[in-house]
Amino acid sequence: MAHRTRQLPEHTEESDAPDPSRAADGEAPPDLRIRLVPKRHTGRAFAAALVGLALAAAAWSVVTNPRFQWDVVGQWLTARTIMEGLLLTLWLTALSMAAGVAIGIVLAVMSSSKNRLLSGAAAAYVWFFRGTPLLVQLLFWFNMSAVYPRIVVGLPFGGPELAAFNANHVITPMTAAFLGLALHESAYMAEIVRAGILSVPQGQIRAASALGMTRLQTMRKIVLPQAMRVIVPPTGNQTISMLKTTSLVSVLAIPDLLYSAQIVYSRNFQTIPLLIVATVLYLVTVSVLTLVQSWIERKFSPDGARERRPRTGARTTALDRRLP
Amino acid sequence: MTPEVLVRAEQVHKSYQRNEVLKGVDLEVRRGEVMCLIGPSGSGKSTFLRCINLLEQIQHGRLWVDGELLGYRQRGDTLHELSEKEQSRQRADIGMVFQDFNLFSHYTALENVIAAPMIVRGESRAAAVERATALLERVGLGDKLHAYPRRLSGGQQQRVAIARALAMRPKVMLFDEPTSALDPELVGEVLDVIGDLADEGLTMIIVTHEIGFARRVADSLAFMDAGVVVESGRPADVIDAPQHPRTQAFLSKVL
Ligand SMILES: Nc1ncnc2c1ncn2[C@@H]1O[C@H](COP(=O)(O)OP(=O)(O)OP(=O)(O)O)[C@@H](O)[C@H]1O
Ligand SMILES: [Mg+2]
Repeated sequence: MAHRTRQLPEHTEESDAPDPSRAADGEAPPDLRIRLVPKRHTGRAFAAALVGLALAAAAWSVVTNPRFQWDVVGQWLTARTIMEGLLLTLWLTALSMAAGVAIGIVLAVMSSSKNRLLSGAAAAYVWFFRGTPLLVQLLFWFNMSAVYPRIVVGLPFGGPELAAFNANHVITPMTAAFLGLALHESAYMAEIVRAGILSVPQGQIRAASALGMTRLQTMRKIVLPQAMRVIVPPTGNQTISMLKTTSLVSVLAIPDLLYSAQIVYSRNFQTIPLLIVATVLYLVTVSVLTLVQSWIERKFSPDGARERRPRTGARTTALDRRLP
Repeated sequence: MTPEVLVRAEQVHKSYQRNEVLKGVDLEVRRGEVMCLIGPSGSGKSTFLRCINLLEQIQHGRLWVDGELLGYRQRGDTLHELSEKEQSRQRADIGMVFQDFNLFSHYTALENVIAAPMIVRGESRAAAVERATALLERVGLGDKLHAYPRRLSGGQQQRVAIARALAMRPKVMLFDEPTSALDPELVGEVLDVIGDLADEGLTMIIVTHEIGFARRVADSLAFMDAGVVVESGRPADVIDAPQHPRTQAFLSKVL
């Protein structure tokens, strides 16, 4: 063994080809090149041909079928009411996700509490909002004024009232939609955040605690930033899913992307072209969101992409964000 | 004049459910003293250190650091549990170094060291960075300030962990088998750092299996078995002439 390791460097120095299996002086090296005739994948080629054919047939029928009315699609794709609908969809998505994430974090922290009432309440919340269809929840919020005609700010159990509102005025269709989407989402986010918190090793919490950090400081500075690695990817998926889910609010007559399209085709009866318009716009938005998602995911995997970047300048800003 | 007692444990009992792990630990560590704690696996050494750092709650007995009762406030003959904030303040004065380092993995070496001074003590960033840099240089890591823990060897990680604990200017440092998770060739660099701290007069309690290190560095040695301190004294006395049969049995196995 020692003999060989001593010889190896000399050997590579004198020869051009870094081929350690080269034979001793005088003999020609064996020819190890591969002249390849790849084996045939007959089944695979056949399947590909079938799928290709099916795709071509479908594309041909879509393009040539006059009932798709591509000219109408093109005409409405960038129409003002449709664009306003798309904007409302985006706005509702962002708002509901933001609230869903915020409430989800609170619920996740509650559920990790040692107090049974706190953790139990969080569990019950998640159970309720995940266990009922979103459509039902939306309708419930929409009809809230039937249960609570007046919304009162004041002390409970018949205490003094500070302010009172007519529920019909407060719970507009938009509020109902926001409440329904956000509360439903928060139940899912609670589980995602909880999994993230649990993914942080116990030793990190012990070390922070030993240094004198309070539980809240430990949670904010040590646990949550590390939990992000686990939280971010499914949150991206939730956002994309939320964008599509917002179409449910069309039942509350909110002019989102889908309902705007419906309004138009209820007047001009161009049902299919307008559904195509909505489909195309949903697809485009989801695709953009997917790109954003993969960019954010790369940013949040600290031992991967982020650490290989040049350190100095960027490092300080990253730290300033996390430390007081 | 004998130096004052800095850490005092009196009849400390600790159970997990029905399993009594500490069965009346008595111990005194004077200011500037280095005490090594040895004993067989499961004897409760780690548990005892965690109790001193309030990471565990004791069921009986008293612990004092620098004359201050840990975890409680005594009013008459009743004890009132300290608030979370007060307990955190007590913990901040007690440094702890763990067997498995536990560096914050989302922070660089420097960020690990400045985190607690900034978050807990409210130090300015500039002051914290200056001190952290000096500490990291002192443990021989002046060139690794911006490395993430994952990029550091075990010995380097443990030295960052020591610097991180020192940054809080602790009254006493607790080490729980600081070299047990290290490859043999990395043990020396960590023990050297701890030895330097001993020379500087830092009060330390070190749980270790390195009997040779204990003999060199410790001012006193305590042997723990089955939840009690069986024997303690000057390292040479305990190691070379153990009085208690259980100490004799343990040392004959590890030496
Ligand atoms: N969190 C816990 N819950 C229940 N039992 C525990 C817990 N931590 C420790 N124990 C028990 O307490 C006893 C003492 O453990 P401890 O870790 O203090 O021993 P040790 O002296 O440090 O041993 P070692 O040399 O192996 O580190 C063991 O029997 C262990 O099973
Ligand atoms: Mg231990």
